[in-house]
Amino acid sequence: MALLEVRDLQIHFRTATGVNRAVDGLSFDIEAGEALAVVGESGCGKSVTSMSILGLLPTPPGKIAGQIRFRGQNLLNASESRMRKLRGAEIGMIFQEPMTSLNPVFTIGQQIGESVRLHEKASRAEARDRAIEMLRLVGIPSPERRVDEYPHQLSGGMRQRAMIAIALACNPALLVADEPTTALDVTIQAQILDLMQDLRSKVGSAVMLITHDLGVVAEFAERVLVMYAGRKVEEATVRDLFRTPRHPYTQGLLKAVPRLGSSLGAETSVRLAEIPGRVPDLSKPLRGCAFADRCPRAQEVCHRIDPALETKAAGHLAACHFAPREVSAA
Amino acid sequence: MTDAPHLIEVRNLVKRFPIGGGLFSRSHKVVHAVSDVSFHIARGETLSLVGESGCGKSTVGKCLARLIPLTEGEITLDGQRIDGLSRSQMKPVRKRLNVVFQDPFSSLNPRMTVEDLVAEPLRSHGMARTRAERHARVGDLLEKVGLAREAMARMPHQFSGGQRQRICIARALASEPDIIICDEAVSALDVSVQAQIINLLMDLQKDLGLALLFISHDLAVVEHMSDRIAVMYLGRIMEIADRESLFRHPRHPYTRALLSAVPLPDPEADRDRAVLTGDVPSPIDPPSGCFFRTRCPMATDRCAAEVPALRDMGAGHMSACHYAEDV
Ligand SMILES: Nc1ncnc2c1ncn2[C@@H]1O[C@H](COP(=O)(O)OP(=O)(O)O)[C@@H](O)[C@H]1O
Ligand SMILES: Nc1ncnc2c1ncn2[C@@H]1O[C@H](COP(=O)(O)OP(=O)(O)O)[C@@H](O)[C@H]1O
Ligand code: SF4
Ligand SMILES: [Mg+2]
Ligand SMILES: [Mg+2]
Repeated sequence: MALLEVRDLQIHFRTATGVNRAVDGLSFDIEAGEALAVVGESGCGKSVTSMSILGLLPTPPGKIAGQIRFRGQNLLNASESRMRKLRGAEIGMIFQEPMTSLNPVFTIGQQIGESVRLHEKASRAEARDRAIEMLRLVGIPSPERRVDEYPHQLSGGMRQRAMIAIALACNPALLVADEPTTALDVTIQAQILDLMQDLRSKVGSAVMLITHDLGVVAEFAERVLVMYAGRKVEEATVRDLFRTPRHPYTQGLLKAVPRLGSSLGAETSVRLAEIPGRVPDLSKPLRGCAFADRCPRAQEVCHRIDPALETKAAGHLAACHFAPREVSAA
Repeated sequence: MTDAPHLIEVRNLVKRFPIGGGLFSRSHKVVHAVSDVSFHIARGETLSLVGESGCGKSTVGKCLARLIPLTEGEITLDGQRIDGLSRSQMKPVRKRLNVVFQDPFSSLNPRMTVEDLVAEPLRSHGMARTRAERHARVGDLLEKVGLAREAMARMPHQFSGGQRQRICIARALASEPDIIICDEAVSALDVSVQAQIINLLMDLQKDLGLALLFISHDLAVVEHMSDRIAVMYLGRIMEIADRESLFRHPRHPYTRALLSAVPLPDPEADRDRAVLTGDVPSPIDPPSGCFFRTRCPMATDRCAAEVPALRDMGAGHMSACHYAEDV
């Protein structure tokens, strides 16, 4: 049994123009201690997936079906009080917008201290020291002063780091991090990613890292799940995915990112590979492959039949009619 | 020298923001947003400004576009001083120098059609007199940025982020400027769309001979786009060099640290990272000497005592580090 098992997850929103199938039949596992990255363009359903794992997706307007099992227990049936206990104890969370998870009426120190006291049976004074230590770890200047401030007194970047300190302080079994470093500078991002790696090696936390930055994926994760239009289109180890991406969407993403060093030495400027067009409107019914309209390899069949997610090589899944399959693959 | 002046020359630009203290406060605190910044941009060239947030990139852009007044310094356009011009004197200058911002939504009036939005600069600079002329010109501009002519009848909210950025670019091109300042213009876009907009900017630049001041915190994008790069830290230029030279042989410890912090989209890349510790100091009370010294792995007593001058390390590669030779 994996730590987290998501099965046939459906997240739908009723909108004026129809039902938005934000997530449409998503299944994946996260093993204890594992770092899984989820990538894909904005709107492909990454955040709503993470919110549903945390029990934070508002329903309505959302409608969730399928299963989300944490340590074998289906969280979709769990009571609100059980979810509240899980969050911040066994499941930590970091969002791009820190105010989503910070409590405005408690000081930063109280919020970090709370989870430290819960887990380590620390005294009030010890918890405060630990909170200061955590704030220093995440790079907040003058932590002795900041520990007694409220979230609104901190700048955006500092709130982000305070939230990370809170999430890390409870040594969670699973950390759900939704674009945790997107709003940060690269030098701070490097520090935060190091912190998260530390947490993994010291506490054995599993991490579900949602990001659109393929560089962050390559440096941080072990396995990657590529989402497009609410579906999983490819899944593989990080090494396999970057070496032999099998889905045209993944191939397109990898070619579209400018890479340090890649345009040096060229006489004329190099053109980036574009993925033409944009993601489809999910409130309209999709026929065939969701990527067909943008895909350079699409044939007639792609517009008609939705390609199944298949094993194309050991541990490497892709949903494309034309993704190459290794001979030995099941 | 008898060289013709560069398209843009910025000399010793200083921008301070007074802060804190209401009407009766005695505090005279100031934010040192930009301190003694000098650079030039040649016609058709792309100069990028990079550095961590708060280092003064946007402030330089806004001073250059005269959206905010400068505290000290000189700015010339084709040799003509523009830093002291009045509103009405600025009008012909504005025609030649436009800005595209990060957030294409807030920079487009949601109640105007795309046609009105793109026609506005044409009208204000008297570039197309009749309605029909303007209509035709707007259509051409939309096509130039990769949108359909028919898009002009629609409202901004009917477009995706990437398409809205195309509308902003069409608007910036309308007055046929010599230079466009792009302030994080591709930063909010998904990679696939970002690639479209970067290619568009580079194509337009080639076709129209545009100069760009490209402001970004993304070093990979900057490497891709730029002819030359200025690296800023806490309001000062730490290093300025052409692309090859800066990325192959950074001569400032800050540039080196920035480059090594960029995550590479290659899990098999083998690199030792010099992770910078700590945070950027407050621009209200910057450190003595070299602004970078509080985070610099090479700092010595000299760095606290003396402000390092921006020195030419050869072939126009300038570094503001006492130990640039050893970096
Ligand atoms: N509260 C909501 N009401 C209606 N639609 C929503 C809501 N939250 C998210 N969505 C829709 O769900 C889809 C997936 O969104 P999201 O998970 O935020 O994408 P991502 O995080 O991958 O950028 C989008 O089409 C978005 O508009
Ligand atoms: N209107 C303002 N009033 C006070 N401080 C400002 C103002 N605008 C910018 N600053 C400060 O000036 C510094 C440089 O800001 P900015 O140019 O926006 O940096 P960047 O674009 O590199 O992120 C920052 O410390 C910022 O907080
Ligand atoms: S199934 Fe067809 S359209 Fe979809 S990704 Fe594969 S080749 Fe492209
Ligand atoms: Mg999201
Ligand atoms: Mg800025």
